[in-house]
Amino acid sequence: MMRKGANAELAEDLVQDAMIAVWNKAGMFSPGKGSVTTWIYTIARNLRIDRLRREGSRYFTDIDEYEEASDDPASDDVVIGKQQDLAVTEALDVLPDDQRAVIVMAFMDDMTQSEIAEKLDVPLGTVKSRMRLAYRKMGSVLEDLR
Amino acid sequence: MKTAFHLDDATVVAYAGGSLSNCLSVVAASHVAMCDHCRAKVRRAEAVGAVLLETCEVQQMKPDALSSVFERIDGSDWVQPKTRSDASDDPDPSLPLPVSRLLDCRLDDVRWKTAGPGVGIHVIEKNDDGSSLYMLKVRPGHKLPDHGHAGQEMTLILRGAYRDVIGRFAPGDVADLDEHIEHQPVIEDGEDCICLIATEAPARFKGLVPRLLQPIVGI
Repeated sequence: MMRKGANAELAEDLVQDAMIAVWNKAGMFSPGKGSVTTWIYTIARNLRIDRLRREGSRYFTDIDEYEEASDDPASDDVVIGKQQDLAVTEALDVLPDDQRAVIVMAFMDDMTQSEIAEKLDVPLGTVKSRMRLAYRKMGSVLEDLR
Repeated sequence: MKTAFHLDDATVVAYAGGSLSNCLSVVAASHVAMCDHCRAKVRRAEAVGAVLLETCEVQQMKPDALSSVFERIDGSDWVQPKTRSDASDDPDPSLPLPVSRLLDCRLDDVRWKTAGPGVGIHVIEKNDDGSSLYMLKVRPGHKLPDHGHAGQEMTLILRGAYRDVIGRFAPGDVADLDEHIEHQPVIEDGEDCICLIATEAPARFKGLVPRLLQPIVGI
């Protein structure tokens, strides 16, 4: 939370909110959809966007509701959480440094693609292509688990 | 729903990481709601975010943080998030929820402002940084002005279809384009084409007339 620009007090508040949300929503967790870590990540991300942006993060929760109603069996139902986390960790470890850097900045530092391009002093297109390459490598590892 | 055109992988990463702008996020979310393929992709990207979260440096919380959490759980200050059933509005069931939530009426009842012959526009959001979110309704057979983009432009087809240099876009398809693409969508015969569009910056029209109309129309 603090890496993403929240001050210490707000970060503390958000972490508490996330813990309470996890407690209250525990019954809604569905192991078939991914690991507990992923579930907690999405809760924390949505709370942070709600707090830091005027518009809030309704679009994420909207999708969750949609997915509850979906009878599509093709999502990552059979991926077992731990195995998934392990596979992603391994895939991240072997990413080239430049690709790993843009992924870390996008997920952990809340930086837009333009901000990343500016910070690294590379064209926007380069940031996008590094993101695509990194995602494809990690995505294919996860897809193989299905 | 099976769709032919999907989100760029770089957009999937930005969306799952929470760093995509609001306007673009609404279109991304609406496509994801209509597309099983992209929904699975977003889930995979979120799994990456989760693993990265675990690699973060651990920060010390206040000593009373945990007891304060339990007190709040026991107390009554937790408000359950609204669910679809108790949302105050009456969303149009023919639209993905992230779009219908932003309209105060059904798609058939939207009041369109004329944006040129055969083209209606409904602006949902327009920001000081130049980004905007709007819907276009274009008559069958109509050709939109040739244009490029100063930043990312994302178009989701809600009804009807169009063709351009990239291919044929039908309901659920998304055109996730960057500043290097120039296109001139031509609406298919049969029915109006209604799309939801988010842009990071105003479109760059090639013709003089669309350029002159642009400030009036608002995109």
